[in-house]
Amino acid sequence: MGAPYRRRHARRRQAEAAMLAPVNWVEERSGLVGGIRYFLFRNVPSDISWAQTLGSAALTAFIVQAVTGVILAMYYKPDPDKAYESIQFITNELTWGWLVRGMHRWGASVFIILLFLHMGRVFLFGAYKYPRELNWLIGVGLLALGMLEGFTGYLLPWDQTSYWATVVGINIQASGPFVGPFLANVLRGGAEIGSETLARFYAIHMLLIPGGLIGLIGLHLYLVMRLGVTSPPWSRKAAGRKRDPEAETRRQGLVEPRSRRGWRSGR
Amino acid sequence: MAGQDEGPAGETPGSGQTHSLPGATFLPFGFAIGVALILIGVVVSWPVFWIGCAVAVLFGLLWVADVVRGGRLPAPRPRPAHDDDDGERFGRDKFLEMSTLGIGALIGGAVTAPVVGFAIAPTFIGQGDDDVDLGPIENYPEGEFRVVTFMSKPEQGQVSTRTVFIRNNGFADGTPSFTIISNRCVHLGCPTQPGGPTSADEAVEVETSSGTVRLIPTLPASFVCPCHGGSYDIEGNRTAGPPVRALDRYTFKIADGNLVLGERYSVGTVEGTGASARIAAYDVYDPGQHVDGPTQWMYPLTPNMGR
Ligand code: HEM
Repeated sequence: MGAPYRRRHARRRQAEAAMLAPVNWVEERSGLVGGIRYFLFRNVPSDISWAQTLGSAALTAFIVQAVTGVILAMYYKPDPDKAYESIQFITNELTWGWLVRGMHRWGASVFIILLFLHMGRVFLFGAYKYPRELNWLIGVGLLALGMLEGFTGYLLPWDQTSYWATVVGINIQASGPFVGPFLANVLRGGAEIGSETLARFYAIHMLLIPGGLIGLIGLHLYLVMRLGVTSPPWSRKAAGRKRDPEAETRRQGLVEPRSRRGWRSGR
Repeated sequence: MAGQDEGPAGETPGSGQTHSLPGATFLPFGFAIGVALILIGVVVSWPVFWIGCAVAVLFGLLWVADVVRGGRLPAPRPRPAHDDDDGERFGRDKFLEMSTLGIGALIGGAVTAPVVGFAIAPTFIGQGDDDVDLGPIENYPEGEFRVVTFMSKPEQGQVSTRTVFIRNNGFADGTPSFTIISNRCVHLGCPTQPGGPTSADEAVEVETSSGTVRLIPTLPASFVCPCHGGSYDIEGNRTAGPPVRALDRYTFKIADGNLVLGERYSVGTVEGTGASARIAAYDVYDPGQHVDGPTQWMYPLTPNMGR
């Protein structure tokens, strides 16, 4: 009874080794597999909850936008005479065009909403504090780029709503003091919305800002990995590294009320 | 004082931990109060503005001095002794390092130049309006308004469609006078509509050297914007709502009996009506930008060169 079992066990190990061989091949030559494991299988505080998944949700929404955007770009024509027709064609004629366009259109709102929810969770949990201030600042950049992505994408259907919304939007920022008028000309590609503007918005929407977003997301995740995720404020376990006691003393007074210390040590 | 702030960790070699916690100090608050005074002063009174400047500079300098002197910045590391240079003051490795950086900077500059020259500069240069032929002046009866739609740059197609309100004022001192008001609301650029009956079924289409021009008779008592409720009288003066000046106007000339549209310009206010109107004219500005009053200083330069 023991022998067949052992044989099956050995065969299974063989199969496993065969399956892992390519993975090992890559790992031996690049160390990438270990790197990915290091990134994905980090330790996190034991008392985190669904609230900490909002960042990953925003990341997923961004990936959905990137993928559906690439597909839309295969059929969309950023030309003032053809843009509206190409959108109609995508929506009404192409197989599943309505689905991909719908995903991109509704996904844009989902992405922005998730950004705000994620930012709210970071704020309410105080997770923006030392040493994560820099990651908050990077997050501010991500939020700004995300909103710009929405603004530039809104013009692309080239219908009455998108045209006039863009007229109003550009004029709002043109009325910003000193630099506003100049930024408006750069955005429009001239003094008026004209034949240049659509292609310009398209390039900004699909190349410039996504590039910036990808770069900042990389930095953002690097810092999450390096610094770890904060424990919730009600946690009894202190998160992060031990502080310099001298700096801690200096933080008394205006910056941090004295009573905070007792609360922090779990009284 | 060097290293005064490095805790015990500083003694362990290799643990390059530095802390950049801000210390407890009231100086930033003083600085913030100064900035607040500046902002209040700009609106309320210049003395307050100058006091704000003084307060902000004083506390700003004190703050910087405090940060630097108090050792809040990590102390600069002592330069490592050159144990590897054997008498060479400017070694080969240093040379290669500098030339790599230098060539990199050159390449970077060479890439930046077209970005500036190709993507940014053209948006400021040559932004003038082209002349547009609006057809024979007989189509514009004296004393009546027409809603006139045309293409400002026919080679660009539909996207250059513009609408103006034109009224023939008859003759002033023997020269023809026309009031040509842009329909773009100077709040944020939506299309204003004539507040009064408009006879679309009496529309006339005229073929001119600038393409098709469409004229619709109208009897406006005002011009109103559908977006945010900006209202103007029939000379384009703001009467209600958020707009910051009067509606823009266009220059014109008469060529071979045709009305030819010139350049758009911005208007502060208009006094009087028709041929005798006195117009406070300015360079063309985008909607939302003030041309008169104290707030005009927020827009000292217009980005449109070469008109
Ligand atoms: C494209 C947009 C963004 C992506 C993909 C993203 C992704 C993430 C992920 C995966 C985490 C790990 C912890 C968690 O999920 O809660 C995180 C943490 C964090 N995010 Fe974002 N984020 C984005 C935008 C923002 C914004 C707009 C802010 C704030 C202005 C922000 C500030 C932070 C901070 C401070 C942390 C550290 C929180 C902690 O350690 O507990 N992020 N981000």
